[in-house]
Amino acid sequence: MGIKSKAASVTFDHVTKIYGEHVTAVDDVSFVVEAGKLVTLLGPSGCGKTTTLRMIAGLEMANTGRVLIGDQDVTILPATDRDVSMVFQSYALFPHMTVGENVAYGLNVSGMAKDEAKSRAEDGLKLVGLSGYGARLPSELSGGQQQRVAVARALVLEPQVLLFDEPLSNLDAKLRRQVREEIRDIQKNLGLTAVYVTHDQEEALAVSDRIIVMNNAVIAQEGTPRDLYEKPADLFVADFIGDANLVDVQIKSVSGELAEVEMASLQLSLPHRGLKSGAAHAAIRPESFLVSTDQSSEGISGTIGKAVYLGNHMEYLITTDLGDLFVVASDVVNTISPQTGVKVTLASHGVTLVGN
Amino acid sequence: MNRTVLLWLVVGWIGVLILPWYVIEDGFWGLEWVLDGYPFDTDYGPTWAHLLEGEKVWLAPIPLFLLLPFLTGGRIKSDPLYSKILIVSGLGGLSYIVIQGFIVGIAGWEYTSLELLFGPLGQKQYGLGYGAILVSAAFLFFTTQGIAARGAVNGDVFVVSSIGFIVAIVGAFIFFPVSQILISALQDNEGVYSLGVFLEKFTDKKIWGLDCLYSTVGCGAAWNSLFLAITVGATTTALGLVFALVATRSGFKYRKVLRALTILPIITPPFVIGLSIILLFGLSGIMTQFFGDVFGIQPTRWVYGLPGIWIAQMLAYTPIAFLVMIGVVEGISPSMEEAAQTLRADRWKTFTTVSLPLMRPGLANAFLIGFIESMADFGNPLVLGGNFDVLSTEIFFAIVGAQNDQGMAAVLAFVLLCFTLTAFYAQRRWLGKKSYTTVTGKGDGGTHALLPNRLRWPIYTVAFSWTGFTIVVYCMILFGGFVNTWGLDHTFTFKHYITAFSVNWTDGGLQWTGAAWDSFWTTISIATISAPLTAAVGLLTAYILVRQTFTGKDLFEFGTMLSFAIPGTVIGVSYILAFNVPPIELTGTGAILVLCFVFRNMPVGVRAGVAAMSQLDKSLDEASLTLGANSWYTFRKIVLPLLRPAIIAALVYSFVRAMTAISAVIFLVSAEYDMATSYIIGRVENNDYGLAIAYCTVLIFVMLAAVLVFQGLVGERKMGRREPEKTITPASAKAI
Repeated sequence: MGIKSKAASVTFDHVTKIYGEHVTAVDDVSFVVEAGKLVTLLGPSGCGKTTTLRMIAGLEMANTGRVLIGDQDVTILPATDRDVSMVFQSYALFPHMTVGENVAYGLNVSGMAKDEAKSRAEDGLKLVGLSGYGARLPSELSGGQQQRVAVARALVLEPQVLLFDEPLSNLDAKLRRQVREEIRDIQKNLGLTAVYVTHDQEEALAVSDRIIVMNNAVIAQEGTPRDLYEKPADLFVADFIGDANLVDVQIKSVSGELAEVEMASLQLSLPHRGLKSGAAHAAIRPESFLVSTDQSSEGISGTIGKAVYLGNHMEYLITTDLGDLFVVASDVVNTISPQTGVKVTLASHGVTLVGN
Repeated sequence: MNRTVLLWLVVGWIGVLILPWYVIEDGFWGLEWVLDGYPFDTDYGPTWAHLLEGEKVWLAPIPLFLLLPFLTGGRIKSDPLYSKILIVSGLGGLSYIVIQGFIVGIAGWEYTSLELLFGPLGQKQYGLGYGAILVSAAFLFFTTQGIAARGAVNGDVFVVSSIGFIVAIVGAFIFFPVSQILISALQDNEGVYSLGVFLEKFTDKKIWGLDCLYSTVGCGAAWNSLFLAITVGATTTALGLVFALVATRSGFKYRKVLRALTILPIITPPFVIGLSIILLFGLSGIMTQFFGDVFGIQPTRWVYGLPGIWIAQMLAYTPIAFLVMIGVVEGISPSMEEAAQTLRADRWKTFTTVSLPLMRPGLANAFLIGFIESMADFGNPLVLGGNFDVLSTEIFFAIVGAQNDQGMAAVLAFVLLCFTLTAFYAQRRWLGKKSYTTVTGKGDGGTHALLPNRLRWPIYTVAFSWTGFTIVVYCMILFGGFVNTWGLDHTFTFKHYITAFSVNWTDGGLQWTGAAWDSFWTTISIATISAPLTAAVGLLTAYILVRQTFTGKDLFEFGTMLSFAIPGTVIGVSYILAFNVPPIELTGTGAILVLCFVFRNMPVGVRAGVAAMSQLDKSLDEASLTLGANSWYTFRKIVLPLLRPAIIAALVYSFVRAMTAISAVIFLVSAEYDMATSYIIGRVENNDYGLAIAYCTVLIFVMLAAVLVFQGLVGERKMGRREPEKTITPASAKAI
């Protein structure tokens, strides 16, 4: 295979982007994407993640702050002069060129000999599993194939950084899973630096080395998928990632690493994560509840509102003193029907204290 | 050193060291000057030769400004000095050339105050020549590179240079001449500035009178023009849409033929349609005589005035509306219509709620073009106007008529400008900020929805009737060239063609003995030169307007669209006023005709480009940029190929306009460069209708050939959309 990696890091140093006069799209954001890693920018629409990506590409220029790729300050360098390529949400395949011409485009631009560009393009297509499709027009391919052409077109340039702008949002669910795994495999095998934008938290958890969660133009939290899932920094992150149940709790006392917490009728010991005594929240993962139909057992009383069978697991909505809880149970044999009274307790994991 | 800077340094120094600084009277390309005393003859010398002889010392600073960019050698773009040096050199040099050009003229100092200050100069200078053009270009591009290096428009040299280039040429060839004529609006005949004179002319009854509402006297020219333009704009847009729909969304078998037919009227000099209308509906016209004989209707002069002009302008401008509409109608992604149909919309609902709203930019553009064309049209009102005064002809008569009142012409032009600019802004407001992007980077299959049934038959009826009428009009033109004298002696003859286009084989070879050949070849070459230039300038401007954001963009757009709103008569006069004297001396040359056509027709290229480009997804450009292509490469390889329909429209239209234009041309032709249209008008004035019509017929066929060649060259947009599936007709069903 002719495609190698020239992976470089990406550094944002107090970057701010303001559109027009008043719309702050990105507000004093700093982060580092290490070379060879795939980092996801995750957040709801309008949070500034796409603007951040476009500033890495050079399609938008920062108003203040610095952008570095590797050691080079690229803050005012236009897209053309940056060694970065991008996979667009709409794929942006050139409709008047064949698939082969599309993939070879960047190589031709950089002045590579026609023959070599052609064979490199063929390598690229092979990498994404589309050998032999070079002579077709983009409109003659399916959505998933077009998407892979867009990936190949970006890959063959061996960019220092590869950017993905919601690349899977136009694909169906099954294809989405398959293509995201392919992207991740290629990225890992070639050791590419990749920055990936999505609003789908599952997709982010699946492909990322690290995730940067953005909200309202600032970074809400960054960390590994596990960090974000298990130790959300605030209510927004806890809610956005993994559909956590957020319940009100009282911290009674703090000693050492642990805090004594009162949650309805339950008494719990949880890592305090810097919180003091008083009112707080707990984020509870849906799979961290234990549900028992035995009314005499310990736990919080509740009633099953809805029960949905999903093949490999059950989803319940349980009405309790803590509010409506969204619960996932792995037992699909002994299912509980709606209106049944239950007792709910907590597993030893998946419960986290979260400040406001 | 930066390669682009080096390139323009070389160009600049060629301008200083090798080429003559001043314009050469006998023509540069004759190259006689090379053997005739170059370099030390005062008429032909490059800058250094003038200076060595101690003449024209005011040119001395120019080479100094051209030395400055050498200092950028070894500096990188982000170095603040790099941009500063280039801007000082470029802006300084350019300003100096302009200033010295205006203060030293053919009689020495141009301003008496300078003469009082410095004493008589004793020397003179002529218009700027090729040397000066190259040096000015070099200075211009140093400036733009300096500005780009400071980070303007993301530091994109190509975009900044394009903006700079267009601003410079639009300034020199639109704003400068128009300002000359507007200045004369405020002057009385002795050249003294006076607001009273302006107001007196502005409130003239000939402009704003409303007598036609309550008496038999005609209304003011302004009201007439306005009413005519709105009517023509609306009707041509409707007809253009009808033809576009028939051409793209009907199962009609011969729709390609229909397409070809609608091209006919634009390849026709406008006054020919006027003449043909007279041959049909005039006092001794065929239709008039027919109705008189059969129904006993008394012949009247009804066609002279609003009805005649309206019909003629509809014939002339419907195809332009069609060309605008077809790009838009084709550009609508079929998946939009398919989406609507899957949302339970039937064909009628789909058409009215999706297809038609998506065509709004096209409709607005078509109306705008029709409105302004009608306002500026000169040929048809001249032939058919009767007592119906419109602004464009009034301007002409104010200048060439007995009054010879430049001020009045300028005031009339001002009124006209207000109308067209108002229309322009109303259009933009109406369009709003909705996104009409329909060609996305995602390839899409699918076919256009066919027309709903309840629309199909009305549309067919209109399209076919109009086509039939057009065919009749053209038959009149064809026929008129072969009869002895129209209306009197209808015997068949070739004599008009022989007079105009005879050739002789003699010992000396082929001799073009016909009377029309001179003007014919001039017209062809001028049109051929100006068409690609117009298309290039127009599309480049469109690209900047649609794809780039920069400070002052609104002003830029206004400037590039301005010439659209100026009628040809005014442009013609303003060019004579502005380019008769240094620093830009162009009257009597072919260049003035080319420039006139480029800047008169540029907005059509811009419009076509803007309409087509706003339907191209911006991520296509961005993809190209992130793949390492610069914006120049992106423009060539991505934007232009996807704009082929717009390119066709721009090329065809500017070529044809250059061949058929009359209003501006009539002021600018010279003995050496006579154009076909002005020659024909001359024949018409001598009542030599036969020869005039014969010549027109030949022009029509030449332009038709040109259109076909252009279409062949540019080709169809390669989109990979499937052809509409062939519907099984009853005939083929039977065959199975």
